Amino acid sequence: MCKDCGCSITPTQWAAHAHEHTHDGHTHTHTHHHDGHDHDHPHAHDHDHHDHSHHDEIHANPQLNDKKTIAVITKILDANDTQARHNRAHFEEHSVLAINLMSSPGSGKTTLLEATIDTKQIKLGVIEGDLETNQDADRIIAKGAPAHQIATGQACHLDAFMVHEGLHHLPIDGLDVVFIENVGNLVCPASYDVGSHLNVVLLSVPEGDDKPAKYPVMFRSADLLLITKCDLLPHFDFDVEKAIREARKLNPKVDVIEIDSKSGKGIDQWINYLKMKKALR
Amino acid sequence: MHEFSIVNALLELCEKNAEANNASKITKVEIKIGKLSGVEPHLLQTAFDTFKEETICDGAELIVHVQELVVFCNTCNAEHTLEKNEFECPVCKGTDIRVIDGEEMMLMRLEMDSN
Repeated sequence: MCKDCGCSITPTQWAAHAHEHTHDGHTHTHTHHHDGHDHDHPHAHDHDHHDHSHHDEIHANPQLNDKKTIAVITKILDANDTQARHNRAHFEEHSVLAINLMSSPGSGKTTLLEATIDTKQIKLGVIEGDLETNQDADRIIAKGAPAHQIATGQACHLDAFMVHEGLHHLPIDGLDVVFIENVGNLVCPASYDVGSHLNVVLLSVPEGDDKPAKYPVMFRSADLLLITKCDLLPHFDFDVEKAIREARKLNPKVDVIEIDSKSGKGIDQWINYLKMKKALR
Repeated sequence: MHEFSIVNALLELCEKNAEANNASKITKVEIKIGKLSGVEPHLLQTAFDTFKEETICDGAELIVHVQELVVFCNTCNAEHTLEKNEFECPVCKGTDIRVIDGEEMMLMRLEMDSN
């Protein structure tokens, strides 16, 4: 077995090509390197290399056509995940609970935060993500809490790097909870760890009870599902039990609160949840 | 449509590996995309073909393996593939399961021309 590329050359071939394998970045060369290559296997060392027909030509110029295959096996978002761990450590250093708020646009993330600030029971700060405008951060600041707006431009989600940038613009000492209000979107934000401790996903009554089944990755990521705008239930065909059932097919452990930020229904439960999670950190 | 962001992260990872292996060019990139990773394989392919130009991956072929959801059931003490997005053991119906594959996006293998 060749250590550099992991190919499985037989001992005879090894002996025959031994001079080519004596240094790093070896020069053994098979012009049809990947013939018989098993694409389903995650590791590189199962390749068969049948075709050595251009061997002499390679000897003439070993710099050309020198292919090798390496097994990498790294998460594509590895750099993001490393940054996310750093962000989490940063929150922990300041004894702050970090919550990633995700939902479709208009399901009531900012309104929920306003209602939370109004209770005066949780000291919170917000990192806001939107494609454009500072409107959400302005709403939070108007309520008296610190907020930093990240304008993502065309990006449909926040990643750990953007949140890190936002973190350094937010005075987090003395806060109980930092909310990362993600870009309104039920698809993309679910793929990114931003360094939060909990994912809270909102589903508003007007959106429909079919959303968990339609956006499985997002609802699977939820630690807590908030069914928002509950005072509208009499006006919509929204089956709360069905929504919860579908969400629990994806994550059997998900907690659920039915809430209405305008009337105050469920806000007590939400505040208790935040206090408990903060106390457990 | 975060496939472009994913491809950017993938290209950066390719650059890093090429440098570590003293490679001048990457000719093939193999990735594994979990069915529940949240990205669409064919959009990823399009994004890769658009953004690879003038990078170390210029001209490289992208091979996408789509990975089924695989769970390990602690009750059955066995691995099962989930056909539906229902996180319970398809055999014993228990929920004491752990996902072992199908939620991640992984770079698996690179074929490169070395210097």
